[in-house]
Amino acid sequence: MTDVLMVEDLAVRFRGESGVVDAVEGVSFRLREGETLAIVGESSSGKSVTALALMRLLGGPPNCVVRGRATFMRQDGEALALLSLPETRMASVRGRDVGMIFQEPMTSLNPVHRIGAQIVEGLLAHERLSPRAAEKRAVALLDHVGIPEPALRARAFPHQLSGGMRQRAMIAMALACRPRVLIADEPTTALDVTIQAQILELIRALQHETGMSVIFITHNLGVVAEVADRVLVMYAGQVVEDAPVDVLLHRPQMPYSAGLIGSVPRLDDVRRRGGRLAAIPGNVPDPNTRPAGCTFHPRCAHARPDPCETARPALEYVSDGHTVRCARWREITV
Amino acid sequence: MSAVAPSAAELPPPVLAAPSAARRPALRRFMRHRLAMFGLVAIIVLVVACALGPYLSPYGPLTIDLRHRFQPPFEGRHWLGSDQLGRDLLVRLLLAGRISLTVGFAAMGLSTAVGVVIGLVAGFYGGWVGTALMRFVDAVLSFPAIFLLLTLAALVSPGVLTITLIVALTAWMEVARVVEGQVRSLRERDFAIAAEAIGVSDAHLMLRELLPNIMAPIVVAATLNVARAILLESYASYLGYGIQPPTPSWGNMLNNAQEYLTSAPWLAIFPGAVITLAVTGFNFLGDGLRDALDPRLDVHR
Repeated sequence: MTDVLMVEDLAVRFRGESGVVDAVEGVSFRLREGETLAIVGESSSGKSVTALALMRLLGGPPNCVVRGRATFMRQDGEALALLSLPETRMASVRGRDVGMIFQEPMTSLNPVHRIGAQIVEGLLAHERLSPRAAEKRAVALLDHVGIPEPALRARAFPHQLSGGMRQRAMIAMALACRPRVLIADEPTTALDVTIQAQILELIRALQHETGMSVIFITHNLGVVAEVADRVLVMYAGQVVEDAPVDVLLHRPQMPYSAGLIGSVPRLDDVRRRGGRLAAIPGNVPDPNTRPAGCTFHPRCAHARPDPCETARPALEYVSDGHTVRCARWREITV
Repeated sequence: MSAVAPSAAELPPPVLAAPSAARRPALRRFMRHRLAMFGLVAIIVLVVACALGPYLSPYGPLTIDLRHRFQPPFEGRHWLGSDQLGRDLLVRLLLAGRISLTVGFAAMGLSTAVGVVIGLVAGFYGGWVGTALMRFVDAVLSFPAIFLLLTLAALVSPGVLTITLIVALTAWMEVARVVEGQVRSLRERDFAIAAEAIGVSDAHLMLRELLPNIMAPIVVAATLNVARAILLESYASYLGYGIQPPTPSWGNMLNNAQEYLTSAPWLAIFPGAVITLAVTGFNFLGDGLRDALDPRLDVHR
């Protein structure tokens, strides 16, 4: 399978009043055609910033500096360097080549425009269509994402729809121009569990139909198990493990990955342990004061003063398609 | 096709409310605002009277009637009295109203447009562009408006068009500030980023996505600007830098009345009263709109 998106050494640095923050440090990955790549990590691990940096939606210097390379392969074989494209070209990439959906369906739609009009805007930005034709396409798209009575909903305002409906409308907007890559930034986090399953199913069905690739950002490993082909685990702005989903879920090498998997609540476990949920002790370190050595060592049960506290470990090869950032991965079983 | 059938729980309430329903609370709040309703009625009466009144009167604004000079109001053929040339005060007031209201609305339109454009650009792009524009706004604001007005008026020949331009030039800054602040915060909101993520242009983002979301404060600022513009025009005309006689404006009628303040006070009282009525009317309307459109600022309850 061919690569659709290659990201090399992506780094994002914010400059704020409290100083310099390296939100993302040296993230590299490849996204293959038709593949679903899950990016997993706790809050402030840099997953959303990675996605926004790829879409160039972070704002520019001096407050935010993005380094590295991201190459997107267009359908026609043209390679686009996303991070260095002029802004006007980038606007033509957004929505047409790469679509994005967001965490909060409640706030991601413009409150003053009708749902249909918002989809029409995306269509008209990229395709030569008459307004009437675009409107028809918008209604068809709403129907496609499973919204009943699409012609009626197209004339509704966002506040008149439920969260699940709005997320469906967002998906219709993001997929209006059939992008090759869909970036879904925690698309189900704000939804009820039952609606979550429907939205996941919808994304999967649409992916199957169009052959698009999906970058799925989440902190929910249950969702990962359901949708992902490959998983990128991020911690404190770095990739700490990159593996196919089965390998990661069953034989993780990085203690952090294992900790994330261990902290998925299971009803029977909770009962057996007397109502205690498993958790990784501590918090993600403040980006201003990341510990020396492995950034995870203060929270790691396997940490040793040497080598964990002395040197930042490199990503090491485990097997084909599996890399891990842990100095002791050979010695420990997590 | 329908990829996944949504569950019943996901369906919105079966009856979709009419779109205007969301704004109805605002309308209700506005209707309950007594001063605002008074302002609205006063403005409507003034506008209709100025537009139609002169056609209904037997007198022209320049019709000189030397036999009925200085006729006091409510005593003879001239309802509101006549001036030193026997011209009918009511007709002159209404015609002056046409000029003054036109200047007020036109200056409002112009200053709002300028303010919106500058505020949008400054708030949207931020950085040095935004800083430069907003410091320029601060610089203009630091001149007292009336001196700026008189300085500009001294440099150009007075007329309806020039006085409109001059008044507008001293009144766009407030709008620019309001718009800049709102745009800067809306710019970071999810829906703005989501719109950018579907690839719309900057102009589209500013005008179609952000601008409609800040119409309420703009409308309020624009309404208050009409009052301000009418007042500024009156100042300028009163001081002789604005609309020139014999074309009547509320300001230059006051100027003319000065000489006869003791002998024919009605010549000053009526223009003064309509200026007050128009200015307070627009101010009340603006306050009422602000309270109705932004419930968080509601201080009347």
